[in-house]
Amino acid sequence: MTPSAGTVEAEQSAPTTPAGTATNAGGRRLPRAKSATSLTPISGLGLGIALMWFSLLVFIPLTAVLVQASAGGWSAYWDALTSPQTLAALRLTVGTAVLVTVVNVVMGTAIAWVLVRDQFRGKQLLEVVIDIPFALPTIVAGLVLLSLYGPSSPLGVNWANTRVAVFLAFLFVTLPFIVRTVQPVLLELEHEVEEAAASLGANRLTTFRLVILPSLAPAITAGAALSFCRAISEYGSLVLLSGNLPYSTEVASVRIMSSIEGDKLTEAAAVASILLVVALIVIVVLDLISRRVARYA
Amino acid sequence: MHDTAAHRVTRWTLRLIVIGYLLFLVIWPVALVAAKTFANGLAPVINALRQPEVIFAFQLTLSAAFWAVVINTIFGVGISLLLVRYTFPGRRALNAMIDVPLSVSPVVVGLALVLVYNGRTGWLGQTLEQGGLQVIYAPPGIIMATAFVSLPLVIRELVPVLTEIGTEQEQAARSLGASGLQTFARITLPAIKWGLLYGVVLSLARSLGEFGAVKIVSGGVAMRTQTATLLVEERYQQFGLVNSITAYTAAFILALIAVIALIIITSLRPSKGAP
Amino acid sequence: MSIKIAGVAKRFGDFVALEDIDLDIATGELTALLGPSGGGKSTLLRIIAGLEVADSGAVEIEGVDATGLPAQKRNVGFVFQHYAAFRHLTVAGNVGFGLKVRKRPRKEIAARVSELLALVHLSQFADRLPAQLSGGQRQRMALARALAIEPSVLLLDEPFGALDANVRKELRAWLRRLHDEVHVTTVFVTHDQEEALDVADRIVVINQGRIEQVGPPDELYDHPTSEFVMSFLGPVTTLDGHLVRPHDLVIETHPFDNAYPGRIERFNRVGFEVRLDVRLAQDDEAPPVLVTLTRAEATAKELEVGAPVWITPVANASQVRITTSAPTSNDSLDLSPADSVPEPTFT
Repeated sequence: MTPSAGTVEAEQSAPTTPAGTATNAGGRRLPRAKSATSLTPISGLGLGIALMWFSLLVFIPLTAVLVQASAGGWSAYWDALTSPQTLAALRLTVGTAVLVTVVNVVMGTAIAWVLVRDQFRGKQLLEVVIDIPFALPTIVAGLVLLSLYGPSSPLGVNWANTRVAVFLAFLFVTLPFIVRTVQPVLLELEHEVEEAAASLGANRLTTFRLVILPSLAPAITAGAALSFCRAISEYGSLVLLSGNLPYSTEVASVRIMSSIEGDKLTEAAAVASILLVVALIVIVVLDLISRRVARYA
Repeated sequence: MHDTAAHRVTRWTLRLIVIGYLLFLVIWPVALVAAKTFANGLAPVINALRQPEVIFAFQLTLSAAFWAVVINTIFGVGISLLLVRYTFPGRRALNAMIDVPLSVSPVVVGLALVLVYNGRTGWLGQTLEQGGLQVIYAPPGIIMATAFVSLPLVIRELVPVLTEIGTEQEQAARSLGASGLQTFARITLPAIKWGLLYGVVLSLARSLGEFGAVKIVSGGVAMRTQTATLLVEERYQQFGLVNSITAYTAAFILALIAVIALIIITSLRPSKGAP
Repeated sequence: MSIKIAGVAKRFGDFVALEDIDLDIATGELTALLGPSGGGKSTLLRIIAGLEVADSGAVEIEGVDATGLPAQKRNVGFVFQHYAAFRHLTVAGNVGFGLKVRKRPRKEIAARVSELLALVHLSQFADRLPAQLSGGQRQRMALARALAIEPSVLLLDEPFGALDANVRKELRAWLRRLHDEVHVTTVFVTHDQEEALDVADRIVVINQGRIEQVGPPDELYDHPTSEFVMSFLGPVTTLDGHLVRPHDLVIETHPFDNAYPGRIERFNRVGFEVRLDVRLAQDDEAPPVLVTLTRAEATAKELEVGAPVWITPVANASQVRITTSAPTSNDSLDLSPADSVPEPTFT
């Protein structure tokens, strides 16, 4: 999926993935329309209809959230955000998301490395395994993690209703992101560049540090941004797994949900607006990265 | 290059760390769910599947996903063509906006749709319900929520494929006298079919699995607006072996569908036809 | 001796890339490994560099046995066909990479980079990225990068293969001049015989994993020891069971000693050259003989299509006897190397 978007398709099976579609920084670049024409009446109409649909489904509802958030004025907005329970939820959400992203940077790169550079029986199976967190319904993900880390765990641990559960849930759902942004870049890496580094005296570690890692940096950053975004948005897996205990294991999305259930829509919208702003920042960051990468091509 | 002992050690260490990580994070937990589902044998599972609530939930999930995918495919193809083949002011902005649904939290999606479409205070919902169309707490809302979250998936598949194949074939068809529709049906569609199939399967998997947005938008009333994912949540939180088995069974079916979809996607990859 | 190769062999699965290679390259020499694609020359170069490991045999560089050494430790400079530029580093960063890896002080690196960039005429591009350079400039950068570590040997793998024809010619001459200035033992791989003849001090012709002939360009061109070498290095035509150069044939419109009679079948003018296909009287079945001469000569001798002519090789013409190339049905399967010679080429 992803690699077709803008990057060169490698001859090996390109690691396309559900997650990949949106994660490849290169994929977001809309190429300059070489043979594009200006709108004809029919296509203009089509565009109009598409825009209307998009507005009705996405644009207007999201705007409504922002409007609702400001419904009570600035002070109400501020109060909603800084209520102790909300602050606790935001701290937990962002803190755990950052931690998970750091882990993902390391593990995601390592996984991508093994998938691209290593050869062993059953490697193809791992490709499917990595995409499971993306395709699996989040509520099922919660159940899945509960079976190994909750009560009656064969490992003898019970992390249900603890912060560890929140960490594990985030880790699970964000697994594919960095892997799938890094993989195509690794595949495309010219073997000769590493040979050049070797001929110039660099050992494997130095080559990785000075040559490979810098080439991967944009992809890793893009994946990290998406991973962070996905983590703070997570809801379904936490419902069964974390117990949603206020001040302890309640994350921002759960907070929003309980506000909605309590018919406190303005409060809900206030917290939601934070998540939206972060999502917007992520999109902007990704666009900047993809432009920067284009410079090197 | 010289394959030293150090190289071999590094390779094996990395391999083991990665496999171990995936084992403890994904493989073992998923296997356990499968095991738990059938822990009491096949009969309870079959019985669970026979419950009318379960059958209804899956039917609702499938039909909502179906409609969401149909809508997203039609609009997806249209928007992809517009983005790639035409220029117009705001093209880049539209392209960036397409990605928004993937970055938004499902609860925010639910909240957003409720704010606009609920019958009491919704911007558009009031008018709609007066006209007889209930969106929130009814299937249309579920379809909308599902369509929202999987909106970009088809487009993100088609845009690169369309860019890749270029317009030459289409221009050739036009010069030979084909109309716009004929060109689309006979030239464009076959060229993008694998990318399209890929995007559709992906959309479907995502749509079947939506939970948070649907929970807010549907109300989750059994036999009315309860989808399969909502059923899992409800049954897990209730006491009793039957409920537990039902929850696991529904979860297992959903997981199975997801894995099958993944396998289809993975096997489609090489034959995607992308260069 | 700068490089000594003894008994080197290499296979890739069933494919024999190199067989029993013995070669000595003198210090300061500019040597070309010449041969058709797939012949093994790149493999040999990479074995010298340490980027491939030979199955058997030894490689000695500047008196040190390098056979077991990885590329990092061999102090060879390697230049790749597709530049292998470090895309995220500037031109200066690329050139200084080897020194940075050796942990030289920053000032020393800067000075050396400056010196080398001046040598390759890229000083004004020091802060650019490789993506902003043309192919020829990137290859010059690659050369500077390889030279920065003061290698004992400089190896180039089809260095101009990815470049336009005129850039190729320019860089070819430039490489020769650079070598005259810097005097590093240089080995480069090419499949272009003109390039080898133009630039090298010595040519090693490699075909199907074996060395065919080694020597200075003139010697290889004038005194080839095999059909392969002769036909690979220049134009050939067949006359009376021998390969001979088309420009080494004397042609007259009247009979003379030992000349073969024939008729001009085709008269083709290409620029300043005239190419004639002469159908010999003695053998209607054989392909016509190619004779080339200058336009002036052709006009002077009043040659035209259909005219009867007599041809013979010039006094000191290099000739190689053709051994049987195609076994008839009666032949036993005697597959000695001489039988696997390629068809003579008519250029």
